[in-house]
Amino acid sequence: MSAVTSPLPASQAQGLPLWQVERQTRASRLAGLIAIALVVLAASMPFWADAAWMREFVEIGCYFIFAAMWNLLAGYGGMVSIGQQAFFGVGGYVMLALGNFVGVNPFVAVPLAAVAAGLLAWPLSRLAFRLQGGYFAIGTWVIAEVLRLTVANISAVGGGSGTSLTALAGIARSTREAVTFWMALAAVVAAIALVYGFLRSRQGLALMAIRDSEVASESQGIDVKRTKLWVYIVAAFGAGLAGALYFVGNLRISPDAAFSVNWTAFAIFMVVIGGIGTIEGPILGALIFWALNRWFSDYGTWYLIGLGTLAIFVTVFFKQGLWGYAQQRWGWSLFPTRRRLVLGAPPASPD
Amino acid sequence: MWSWIDTLVQGLLLGGLYGLFALGQALIFGVMRLTNTAHGDFIVLGAFMAFLVATGLGINPFVAGALLLPLAFGFGYALQRFPLNGTLGKDPLPSLVVTFGLAIVIQNALQQGFTADPRSIDSMGLNIQGVALTEQLSIGVLPLLIFVLALACTAGLQWMSQRTALGRAFRAVSDDREVAQLMGLRASHVYAMATGMAFVLIALAGTLQGMRTTVSPSDGPALLLFAFEAVIIGGMGSFWGTFAGALILGVTQSIGFRFNPGWGIWFGHLVFLAVLVWRPQGLFPKTKG
Repeated sequence: MSAVTSPLPASQAQGLPLWQVERQTRASRLAGLIAIALVVLAASMPFWADAAWMREFVEIGCYFIFAAMWNLLAGYGGMVSIGQQAFFGVGGYVMLALGNFVGVNPFVAVPLAAVAAGLLAWPLSRLAFRLQGGYFAIGTWVIAEVLRLTVANISAVGGGSGTSLTALAGIARSTREAVTFWMALAAVVAAIALVYGFLRSRQGLALMAIRDSEVASESQGIDVKRTKLWVYIVAAFGAGLAGALYFVGNLRISPDAAFSVNWTAFAIFMVVIGGIGTIEGPILGALIFWALNRWFSDYGTWYLIGLGTLAIFVTVFFKQGLWGYAQQRWGWSLFPTRRRLVLGAPPASPD
Repeated sequence: MWSWIDTLVQGLLLGGLYGLFALGQALIFGVMRLTNTAHGDFIVLGAFMAFLVATGLGINPFVAGALLLPLAFGFGYALQRFPLNGTLGKDPLPSLVVTFGLAIVIQNALQQGFTADPRSIDSMGLNIQGVALTEQLSIGVLPLLIFVLALACTAGLQWMSQRTALGRAFRAVSDDREVAQLMGLRASHVYAMATGMAFVLIALAGTLQGMRTTVSPSDGPALLLFAFEAVIIGGMGSFWGTFAGALILGVTQSIGFRFNPGWGIWFGHLVFLAVLVWRPQGLFPKTKG
């Protein structure tokens, strides 16, 4: 991305520009290279890694995508929702219905299901946007519950006890696992790119302006309603993608699992611990969540009590989260979205 | 014909219980615009505490419930004063995350302490006694008692809000916190008083819920949603509106259950969504915005 520089009078053309606007930092360029190397390394995993590792990656990848979308919605859009599991579940069920009943290859059905979740977000926003703040949060939860109860009453998909994804039955296990893994990897990269690209676009700039002051940004000509609607739709698309992918990996779906509020609870945990309103936060949060899950999930209720307490503690004493703290303290930014003014050398005195 | 009247009456009685759930929520939101996502879990906690006191001390469950009320007030006061006041502000996120975190802690702590089994508080046979109005229609004594208590609480809250110094303080900090503080009110104390009172209602609702039916540690979210829907259906700013919203929700669910047990709750949610579409300010709003 080229930097914007100050227009220079011809006489100063040989010197440095007076100022320039930059987005990239040295850390971000380095991080970009490391990220590409990691993705290439990860992509080769099906050839050498254990199937259990790949399954684990798919699972944590879905958690991460879902958290990144929640972060976009709440951290950047200011819309704190407890109902994003609605779109996770819709993604899963649409993928299953396309695969089992329409005969679409489930891997092809994954992006289609994500699109369906995004499309559904438009009419649902008409309901949810009637409420603000905390009531928006619970209102979205009610919408998710309505979807859960509706699906639980549809006998074609097994009602409350759920059903299995039979459309993948003819595919060899190793092929299925490898393709699922590659799709998850691609989806994780795409989710980061989607959020990053969105935030660097015009809409993204508008969104961050709205977050800082709705009134001021409206007075600058930003269409607040439309921008918020777009974020809601994009976040629903991403949540649907995570859901569709998760149940391709899982092969079994039930309304209680697909529309569980725990999805959003874990997303909130990851985002708040990692740092809300940063792109790096959910990545860090997902890694921490994965590690905690690995070591402590055997403790069951005590583990969840610990997670809840940690989320409370971080919110009260450490509002910006781990990455937010690093960003504030050391100016770290791997995915810079803000523009910085860099001053050049003072101009040489004219002859 | 009689079965429809029965459905209606049962719905109104169920609505009375929902009214008790919703009043605490309405009070907390009305005074400090705080959305307590752990509201339902605190009701469940109240039920388990009443169960514990009644069986542990071997005393009358109504006495146990009454003993719980001052404790609940102190608990609510402290909860608001220490963690929650610090989370208030324009951004709803901190208070939502903290109360959501509390919800997860309560659910799992109860599951750890009491297992996931449903429990019920022994109401000394009151839950199976009924008053026969006609040959076809009989009203349970306990649901009727709950309804009367909910009615009394609504009237009491409305009176407190309109006629007492405390109610004035609640309305003042709700309208404009800064100006109220300039007039000599301590907002942190007023907020804590409101939450303390809300927790008295929560403990009462929990005890009665535990007597009327069974409670299990994972019930909280459903109760939160019912309370919330009642508040929204009724409209902001009036406790009578909240009570009316709860009755409407109770009757709708009861009619839904009559058609099909799987759709009762769903019908209630649908009425809530319909209100959002056609009358987002609620049916009986007193305040705007």
